[in-house]
Amino acid sequence: MQFERRADVSMPALVVAPFAAIAVALLLCAGLIAVAGVNPLTAYAEMLKGAFGSRLSITETLTRAVPLIFTGLAAAVAFRARVWNIGAEGQFYIGALVTAALGHSLFAGLPTAAAIPLIMATSMLAGGLLLMVPVALRLRFGVDEVVVTLLMNFIVLLFVGLMVEGPLKDPMAFGWPQSVAVAADLRLPKLVPRSRLHIGFLVAILAAVIVLVIQARTVFGAETRAAGLAPKAAAFAGVPLARRLMMVALLSGGLAGLAGSVEVLGPTGYVTTTMSPGFGYAGIVVAMLAALHPAGVVAAAIFIATIFVGADAMSRATGVPSFIADVIMSVSLLAMLTALLFTTYRIRR
Amino acid sequence: MNGPVLEISNITKRFGALTANDGVTFHLNQGEILALLGENGAGKTTLMNIIFGHYKADEGEVRVNGAVLPASHPRAAIAAGVGMVHQHFTLAGNLTVLENIIIGSEPLLRLDSRKAEALAKIRKLSETFGLPVNPAARVGDLSVGERQRVEILKALYRDSRILILDEPTAVLARPEAEQLFRTLRGMTAGGLSIIFISHKLHEVMASSDRVVVLRGGRVAAERVTAQTSPAELAELMVGRSVVRPKREGHATGKPVLQARGLSVTQAHGTGLDGVDFEVREGEILGIVGVSGNGQAALGRVLSGVAHATEGSLTFLNEDIGRMTPRALIRRGLGRIPEDRHAEGAIGDLAVWENAVLERLEEPAFSKWGFVRRSAARSFASDLIRRFDIRGASPDTRTRQLSGGNMQKLILGRNLANNPRFILANQPTRGLDEGAIAAVHAELLAARAAGAAILLISEDLDEAVALSDRIQAIVRGKLSTPVTAEEADARTLGLMMAGMWETSHAV
Amino acid sequence: MSTTLDILASASLWAAVLRIATPLIFGVLGALICERAGVLNLGIEGIMTMGAMAGWLTVFWGGSLWMGLLVAALTGMAFGLLHAVLTVPLGLSQHVTGLGITLFAAALSYYLYRMWVQVGDLPPTIEPFQPLKIPGLSDIPFLGEALFSQTAPTYLALAAVAVCAWVLARTPLGLAIRMSGENPHAVEAQGLNPIRLRIGAVMAGSALMAVGGAFLTMAAFNSFFPTMVQGRGWIAIALVVFASWQPGKALLGALLFALFDAFQLRLQTAMPDAPYQLFLMAPYVLSIVALVIVARRARVPEALMQPYRRGER
Repeated sequence: MQFERRADVSMPALVVAPFAAIAVALLLCAGLIAVAGVNPLTAYAEMLKGAFGSRLSITETLTRAVPLIFTGLAAAVAFRARVWNIGAEGQFYIGALVTAALGHSLFAGLPTAAAIPLIMATSMLAGGLLLMVPVALRLRFGVDEVVVTLLMNFIVLLFVGLMVEGPLKDPMAFGWPQSVAVAADLRLPKLVPRSRLHIGFLVAILAAVIVLVIQARTVFGAETRAAGLAPKAAAFAGVPLARRLMMVALLSGGLAGLAGSVEVLGPTGYVTTTMSPGFGYAGIVVAMLAALHPAGVVAAAIFIATIFVGADAMSRATGVPSFIADVIMSVSLLAMLTALLFTTYRIRR
Repeated sequence: MNGPVLEISNITKRFGALTANDGVTFHLNQGEILALLGENGAGKTTLMNIIFGHYKADEGEVRVNGAVLPASHPRAAIAAGVGMVHQHFTLAGNLTVLENIIIGSEPLLRLDSRKAEALAKIRKLSETFGLPVNPAARVGDLSVGERQRVEILKALYRDSRILILDEPTAVLARPEAEQLFRTLRGMTAGGLSIIFISHKLHEVMASSDRVVVLRGGRVAAERVTAQTSPAELAELMVGRSVVRPKREGHATGKPVLQARGLSVTQAHGTGLDGVDFEVREGEILGIVGVSGNGQAALGRVLSGVAHATEGSLTFLNEDIGRMTPRALIRRGLGRIPEDRHAEGAIGDLAVWENAVLERLEEPAFSKWGFVRRSAARSFASDLIRRFDIRGASPDTRTRQLSGGNMQKLILGRNLANNPRFILANQPTRGLDEGAIAAVHAELLAARAAGAAILLISEDLDEAVALSDRIQAIVRGKLSTPVTAEEADARTLGLMMAGMWETSHAV
Repeated sequence: MSTTLDILASASLWAAVLRIATPLIFGVLGALICERAGVLNLGIEGIMTMGAMAGWLTVFWGGSLWMGLLVAALTGMAFGLLHAVLTVPLGLSQHVTGLGITLFAAALSYYLYRMWVQVGDLPPTIEPFQPLKIPGLSDIPFLGEALFSQTAPTYLALAAVAVCAWVLARTPLGLAIRMSGENPHAVEAQGLNPIRLRIGAVMAGSALMAVGGAFLTMAAFNSFFPTMVQGRGWIAIALVVFASWQPGKALLGALLFALFDAFQLRLQTAMPDAPYQLFLMAPYVLSIVALVIVARRARVPEALMQPYRRGER
């Protein structure tokens, strides 16, 4: 079996790929559901019902998609420049922490219209700076940023725990430790009344549009794309690699930090050490399913959110462990990678 | 006595739309040295890869001593006594000479490698064939010539009786190349039969018994070397009279680029060691030398990718020795890189994107940080028309262009700007005759228009044909320049061997 | 200062060091074998998780402890095979595939555990490996407690280091694996199959990783819970670079790291006012520092992470 490179990337294949990948994942996981003694069709039907069956579930799904859009954009922006940002989880938490801290005391007195953007911007800065450290280590010392960003996730999570049990602890909260809460008037208004869906969803869409424009139309987008495809050639053509990659780090980390910020300003209002069920890592899957395209990120994020919201409901209804959602998600990633192969290569016997 | 040891019959190999080998048939006799001659892209390496088992032919067969060779497995070729010395050495730099030689020769499940026996055999082969090596040395630390010896010993260690060498002298200086062919003669006396691939006529004439000429994937002719001539072979190789453009003498102007005591250190490989040169308006200065003598460092500092560690490099009286590529581009220096695939053009980008990648900063191609797409695309269309870039529209993915057309794109995007200085680093490497002629024509036209051009070339003929003055680069140092008229074979030979007077008149 | 010396002089510290080092030794060795062959296996965190679950479950269902280790190794090999097939013949990105494998293996292990095991207030437990006192040697003062009273898997880990070192340095198979990671074209040119070699190496390495995970549920602790691997896999990846891809140095690195970890645990009890998170952060910070220190000088296997495509030269 030989792989022959196609003359040009097959566009039809690129569009079909994520659907094929998802289909494969659902098929394989149907087997797992059957092992649990449940009819897969019933289970999937419950999932769809759980995600879209009512007005409330639709808003839940979309709410769940918001942080995934941001972390998906974060991964897409970074991977396109070949910066392997696996630290979105940590960047999310830093953004969340900064938001809680600023939103509780520092900016609580400012008018809402000024405070919220300011808080978001500061959170983005925090997330961006966090990613700039591993990227700087790579540029200066040649250290692989994959491992460093992964390790930093653990460090940041511990730090969040430290803050949430210490200086930022909410003394009034019962049960698990949580941070102080953001001031009530700084919380994001709801998009749909009597639901959790907040205007953060619109911010996420806006972010996707902005990223799209940057990547497709700007000099920065063109240069970072070149840097990701062929760093040597880009450097030869004059692209200042170090500066551009640090900028990518700022943008990518910033988007992940914004994910945390919006999650605090929107649905939760405070920080805990378990508020992210792996948004950072899921963002990578979202980005790959979208083939790193910002528009695809929105669609893929909604898909992943569907799986998770649906799985919770399905689990309550059928007893299938809700971890099936994580399995579907991870198999989708592997299937997507394989499918992407066929957009570039043809099989020849 | 002299029956054929290797018979190639009707070998055909296609890669998609490209037919690399088309019904190739010839044979190799016992004890002879056969040269496989052809220009770049003629299909020589593909053919050898098929014989050795790296590729599987679509049609045809290979017989060794009468027995058909099972296709697509180097193991079968090795077992049949065929050995290959690859053009790009198949060696692992981090491992020792011994390890590189013995890999694959022992059963994998053996509990302890028999190194003492291996050492003894290597020593014996080394002596018998005059290939001195240090088995304990790390291959990454060896010189190119030493590495080639290891490559050859690899084949001999596996008891090859048929040896295939792919462009063996591409990286050797003339004396080393001559030594190699003496060694090969010794081997045939010892019973081996040899095929070597080359595109160098003088080598083929001097060192082979017979020659097979490949052109466009087919056998164009077979000759007994003693009965043919370089002129005949050249014509057979190219198939039509492609005349390379001639340089006309003309007056040159003021110096545009000057280097004084320029040094560039590199972590790996030879750097530059206190070199002096200058390039004037309307002239081509050729830097000749066997690869690995500092050309890469020279190319890199002139591209802005590496910085001068000592000395000065001035362009129009401004010191550019430590500038970034972007700074050089802003000052209007044209640079054609050594490796068009790795540095010159990005395959996955469209032609128009590659055309303007270097110049995105300019107001012509961007406004307020946004790319001016239509301006960029019409610029690309212009280039396609003006430089005859075939198979391309502005939106074509650059990867689809042939080597020659990609090079024309790279050349064109530099020349379109009427640069005062151009660095042409191995501008025709890997191109066929037609493309070479086109590139030469453009360089000469730029010269006529007053550009100062520094040409780095491993092809002596090209350098002599194009350059007004020539300097040789040896171990990081530059010889004194000689004019084109003074550059005869003897003078050049001495220069490339490092023998020149240190006092100089430029 | 005297606290430090007291701690360092205690045999119980060094016994703990070996215990803490064991999963790391398996992890580093496993990752090292994969990388020497040219494949970065970021599936390690997930494979260790799956090994932990599979080994534990085997014992929970009535198998022997050794059976559990075997099953763990087999699940490791299965995921290793998946990673290898995707990254070697198919040539997919080793980074992203590895992450996918980690997510998949971990998710699958949680799913199966939740499906097959009833968890009450506390997770169910098994009877783990007991310390195996080597007769005679375990009575030696200090060394007896520190080195010769460990559990069987720890001895296995130490033996694995020796076997790995021998195979890589002295056998034709080891040479073939090493060369697959340096120049797979050279391997092919000498009649071997670099694809099969890489796949085999990744499977073997993944088996070791899984056994390392199983140590956590079958010796260090006696139950399984999600996220118990806690980033040990990533630490192992960092330690491979620190060890210059050599088994002997890998052992040293794992021991050094475990020493640090064991030490900070004891420091915690000595300094009850400092937030415990700071101590827990230390291993991860140390790993990053180790990476930075070694980065410049690292002699990376030349073909690491480069997909081998036959004919595309």
